[in-house]
Amino acid sequence: MANPWIAYLLVPLVKIVVILLTVILLAAYLSYFERKILAYIQIRIGPNRVGPRGWLQPIADALKLFTKEDIVPSRAEKLVYLLSPVIITVPALVVFSVIPFGTDTTLFGLLPQAIPPYLTDINIGILFILGVSSVGVYGVILGGWASNNKFSLMGGLRSAAQLVSYEVPMGFSVVAVLLMAGSLSMVKIVEAQRQAGVWFFFPGIVAFFIYFVCGIAETNRSPFDLPEAESELVAGYFTEYSGMKWAFYFLAEYANMVVVSSVATVLFFGGWLRPFPNVAALAFLDVIPPFVWFAAKVGFFLFCYIWFRGTFPRYRFDQLMGLGWKVLLPVSLANLLVVGLGVLLIGGPR
Amino acid sequence: MGNLEPVKPFPDSEEMEISFGPQHPATHGVLRVLVRLDGERIIEAKPIIGYLHRGTEKIFERETYNGTIPHTDRMDYTAAATNNQGLVGTVERLLGVTVPPRAAYIRMILAELQRIASHIIWLGTHALDIGAQSPFFYTFQERETILDLYEEYCGARLTLNCMRVGGQPFDLPEGWTGRCRAFVDQLPARIAEWEALLTNNRIWKKRTIGVGVISAADAIEWGLTGPPLRGSGVKWDIRKVFPYDHYDEVEFEIPTGASGDTYDRYLVRMEEMRQSVRIVTQCLERLPDGPVMAKVPKVIKPPKGEIYFSVEGPKGELGYYAVSDGSTNPYRLHVRPACFVNLQALDVMSRGLLVADLIAVIGTLDIVLGEIDR
Amino acid sequence: MAEQDSATPQAQAAPKPPWEEKPVAPQPQDAREHPQVREIAALLPDAVVAATEFAGQVTVAVPAERIGEVCRACKDRLDYKFLVDLTAVDWQGRPEGRFDVIYWMHRFSDSRRLRLKVLLADGVEVASVTSVWKVANWMEREVFDMFGIYFANHPNLERILTWEGFSGHPLRKDFPIEGIDTGAAIYPDVYPPGGGPVAGEGGE
Repeated sequence: MANPWIAYLLVPLVKIVVILLTVILLAAYLSYFERKILAYIQIRIGPNRVGPRGWLQPIADALKLFTKEDIVPSRAEKLVYLLSPVIITVPALVVFSVIPFGTDTTLFGLLPQAIPPYLTDINIGILFILGVSSVGVYGVILGGWASNNKFSLMGGLRSAAQLVSYEVPMGFSVVAVLLMAGSLSMVKIVEAQRQAGVWFFFPGIVAFFIYFVCGIAETNRSPFDLPEAESELVAGYFTEYSGMKWAFYFLAEYANMVVVSSVATVLFFGGWLRPFPNVAALAFLDVIPPFVWFAAKVGFFLFCYIWFRGTFPRYRFDQLMGLGWKVLLPVSLANLLVVGLGVLLIGGPR
Repeated sequence: MGNLEPVKPFPDSEEMEISFGPQHPATHGVLRVLVRLDGERIIEAKPIIGYLHRGTEKIFERETYNGTIPHTDRMDYTAAATNNQGLVGTVERLLGVTVPPRAAYIRMILAELQRIASHIIWLGTHALDIGAQSPFFYTFQERETILDLYEEYCGARLTLNCMRVGGQPFDLPEGWTGRCRAFVDQLPARIAEWEALLTNNRIWKKRTIGVGVISAADAIEWGLTGPPLRGSGVKWDIRKVFPYDHYDEVEFEIPTGASGDTYDRYLVRMEEMRQSVRIVTQCLERLPDGPVMAKVPKVIKPPKGEIYFSVEGPKGELGYYAVSDGSTNPYRLHVRPACFVNLQALDVMSRGLLVADLIAVIGTLDIVLGEIDR
Repeated sequence: MAEQDSATPQAQAAPKPPWEEKPVAPQPQDAREHPQVREIAALLPDAVVAATEFAGQVTVAVPAERIGEVCRACKDRLDYKFLVDLTAVDWQGRPEGRFDVIYWMHRFSDSRRLRLKVLLADGVEVASVTSVWKVANWMEREVFDMFGIYFANHPNLERILTWEGFSGHPLRKDFPIEGIDTGAAIYPDVYPPGGGPVAGEGGE
């Protein structure tokens, strides 16, 4: 990489394009998988008309949404109304810049030199992720307010309260992992798991469950989807949005799901590592490339998201807030204490 | 809870009045509820009905007695067989007709299958309102088999018209009892599946325990019948107290709840489904031979007089009050609908609850607007 | 509830089952000596105007002015805590009173039911029994809506099944079964006489 133009401009640009395309395509196809998996859970078939076995359904949906009429309510606060979907989508996509998908790879010999398959690795990786994804809350509040609709405002406020409350226990569970890893950088966290020889899921099991539950609440998914529930008063903060703007909200929701799954994979499930990375007996599993391991784990979490949606009834709003503040927060604090003690006794982070 | 004064937790906050309009995904029909809210707490919930009023009682006066039966199907359209059973029972008692035992047993089987089908609709939609989307599909799968059985018997799936004054219009088709038996034999396992998803689920319990509580005394005061009354602990079932159609010859239990909340009503209805399975099994075993129609004159002209007869429908006590003036058409045929009376208690049951609970309470009352509005 | 006593077969050489005989219709009988009627007469001596038993059900005719008192006594002292049904019948042109208002009550202690009947002339008010049984609220509203019978002291006597502004009482015998013009006949202050939307015409 002698040529700085290639190293600092071309390669990152290509990576950005690849990552963005993958994420957007994944979010679109996640909607298809959700419909199919929910359907099979509910003994029906799901979309199977458009394309072979319904595989082109998301393309059809995207085309429909592109060509829909763009409606702006007359008394809505126009600028904020148009900006809110952007404010909620951009952070969800930006976060992917620091998520590591694998180790240095030559893409099966296609490239002259091994490059890391992630965009960048900053030394405050996880903090960046938490901070940037919190900006998405603004999109929710501003979207609800700018619609000039009493019920949207109520839905937006409720959703914002939910998002903010569940960030706190999530943060504490992440800190537990940081104690074990000793670094904020995403790549170093995975390296720490390799050095420890075990995924952080095993010592940090409580932290994992808290993180995943909070992650579901952060993405407004079942069973915490009261702000979006149909049988509630209205459809929540995005009632007044239709067409492409609505598509942005859903893109953001699915992208957030992928973010939460990816972060859970990196923090707790070893990122691209195979199970028990230091045990020689399992070395035959190394034939599977690292990013396939990563993708498989993320896929498993996404399946869990959809599985929960098809199984659980939803929490009432006060019960949801009670769960976050009265149960998850104390447990995550206690967990932090225990993990800290454990790390101290073992002699410091690996 | 004697006085109906509205409950205001914060005396100086503003009230908001919202109309859960007639078009709403969770109100099970065209029901409008005018809700006065203080923040999220309900101060008063006033149901407004009449959007589905079709003048059924007026139409009854124009029809002959057998001709009124199809109109009863369309009142509580989720439970047509029990509606029919009530009407023909009323006219038979006016005439002094005894129904042959085979016909009575067939009626019991049809009615209990209908109870299962109606409770299936209740379970699917109630769970859907509270957020569990999957039980709806599992339960409706079983309902399809019941509707297929009905279609074989009388040609219709929903608006059955499957009974006549004096007996049954047709005998059971070949193989029907075998298919029915096969269905009810596998049903308890299905019911156990649905319960596995909901009964011990933490979220389900949190959404239904303590929600929509009504005490036994209040339930009697407000005239509740059916699962809402039994959920509050009153062991009351028309089939046991005023038995009709050989219900006194089959064994079944009446489930009751303890605290009168939504969770208890849920358990009562699940158990009722199991008891219905028990009744159908016994009826199929004991089905006597014989004619299915009594000797009723071709033109039905009951003597002058008035009578009230009620059946235990899936929603509660469904009663018919018939006044005859000696002619072929009823002079007055009034329906006492279970849901109409049950819905009145919505205000009492939802005071002080949150808006999300209002949906749960409407679901637990299991209302069908066709019966309420007639 | 109704028993089949009136249809038991006579003792014959080869008694046929009742469903193969011609049905024997129940006959109305005077019921002043019936225990349920005597209970009421014991409490309120002049309240029982007439009593009939038909098909095992007892009907007591009560004067219209005393119905509130009678209902209160039935609930509090005779234990009829459950009002099953409250309805009315239009006997158009009957001299004793055009309407029958029917109260059908139930007692849990011995599972007996009793019907009270009030003969009411057109335009005369009758006392509301919502203070006795709360369930009567909607039932009386329906009777008002369908028959035009006013109930005194009812908390909110509004139409319940038809809509606000509907004029006419559908279950009266002089209301045509085909319905009435939904224009001027129902909204006389909005449409001119004979005008307004009519079924079958194209809408606006």
